[in-house]
Amino acid sequence: MRQSTNPIDPSRKSLNSTVFWRLAEDIPKPLQTGLMVASIAVPLLLWWLITTFGTIDPTFLPSPGNVLTAFGRLWSTGELLQDTVASLWRVGVGFAVAVFCSIPVGVLMGSFSSIRALLEPLFGLIRYMPAPAFIPLLILYLGIGEEPKVTLIFIGVFFFNSLMVMDTVKFVPKDLIEATYTLGGNRLQTLLQVIFPHVLPGIIDASRINLAAAWQLVIVSELIAATEGLGRRISVAGRFLRTDEIFVGLIVIGVIGLAFDLSFQYLLRLSCSWASQKR
Amino acid sequence: MFLTINNLHKHFNTKSGNLVVLKDINMGIQRGEFICAVGASGSGKSTLLRQIAGLDQPTSGEVKIDNQTVNGPGPDRGMVFQHYTLFPWMSVQENAEFGLKLQGLSKKERREKASTYLDVVGLSRFAKSLPNELSGGMKQRVAIARALASEPKVLLMDEPFGALDVHTKESMHQFMLELWERTGLTVFMITHDVEEAVFLSNRIYALGARPGTVRREMRIELPERSQQIKRNSTFHDYRDELMELMRGHGQEAMIAA
Repeated sequence: MRQSTNPIDPSRKSLNSTVFWRLAEDIPKPLQTGLMVASIAVPLLLWWLITTFGTIDPTFLPSPGNVLTAFGRLWSTGELLQDTVASLWRVGVGFAVAVFCSIPVGVLMGSFSSIRALLEPLFGLIRYMPAPAFIPLLILYLGIGEEPKVTLIFIGVFFFNSLMVMDTVKFVPKDLIEATYTLGGNRLQTLLQVIFPHVLPGIIDASRINLAAAWQLVIVSELIAATEGLGRRISVAGRFLRTDEIFVGLIVIGVIGLAFDLSFQYLLRLSCSWASQKR
Repeated sequence: MFLTINNLHKHFNTKSGNLVVLKDINMGIQRGEFICAVGASGSGKSTLLRQIAGLDQPTSGEVKIDNQTVNGPGPDRGMVFQHYTLFPWMSVQENAEFGLKLQGLSKKERREKASTYLDVVGLSRFAKSLPNELSGGMKQRVAIARALASEPKVLLMDEPFGALDVHTKESMHQFMLELWERTGLTVFMITHDVEEAVFLSNRIYALGARPGTVRREMRIELPERSQQIKRNSTFHDYRDELMELMRGHGQEAMIAA
């Protein structure tokens, strides 16, 4: 009782002012840019310091200079380009086919409870089978050419993407669908002219996330059996203890993946400005 | 009668058994009337509107418009929802045209009609804007224009001003009256706001709750419709009577519980 009559201690501020620890708020642009540069520059600097002033065997950890030299070497022989093109082609085909198939399937699953009941148990089950675990089976069925690799990417993307697209459809407000009916729309018109445009940003975002999975899978598939490709390059480099080439491979893989991600984000902003304004 | 509701019942099957939401509803609306159905939550007023719109089927009884039984949604009954239901990727113009597009009108026809009604709601200037650039009141005006573009027999409104602030609400009331006088529309609106109902309607159906029934039908006759009328004693009498009707019922419900 007595406590409630005590005033709150004025020296105890309820919330200290801060810049760095602002919760769910923007920080000043220069600070943001600085931190983003540091995110890449600091590890690079540490790497350089360790390899320059430390006594580490370059077979274990090559210096940035070594890696750059290796990059130049692989580039000039054309091997790197050939590998990159091979990997990109596999991802391109597998991912494109998977996305192309998963969009209608996902939209139908999200829109119709009947189709969802028919497919969700199966897709839910297959989703939990790691795609790389299909490799032995795919080699058995399809050999060691391009088909098993492209199929692997298809398996890894199709089921996930269908289920993620389905989820975005669930978020279409029911009012919007009913408004369409009261305006004279039939089910097909509602599906194509209201549900589809409403979920398009969600589809692009889901595909962006699953492209990362596809990119990982192509490398994994090449580690196991391939004559060319970035995964194959790393695998061969490992066998001959060319650590610098492993680094080249890893960095190229990372940069290409990031470029994919950024271009999808750009596509999202370009095609669905109405959705990105909300964020 | 232009719009009639005959012996309408609506039951819902819930986990705890059969829930009667609407019981023995009878209503008759003339062409050109402005009708409000007023009720507290639980009076089934949204459910009633959904039956008229055809978004839901009655358990028994029927809704007839122009001597035709309603058995599904259609553009002859324009609907304005409580929540904003503009299509966020379409401009204001495209939103207003959308119903006509669904009905298969030519580009020229729908442009002309939609522009006319955007002009009626005073938003021609914003034809190129996206919905998320508009205020709440403006969004509802676009929704009204979108419904009107199909030239419906009746405009159904589900607490359309419930989400608006007091001042916007007042100007929307004025706007609705002007629109109604100018176009000769038939309006059926549901609301829990008693003052809103008295201010706007020719006639009010007061609904009781659990189950929803028509408790009283009340004709509203006011000398004029302006903000000043809200200080008039006739206005107060209507309002108090309706409030009493809803309050009395609330007590009953509490005693019953």
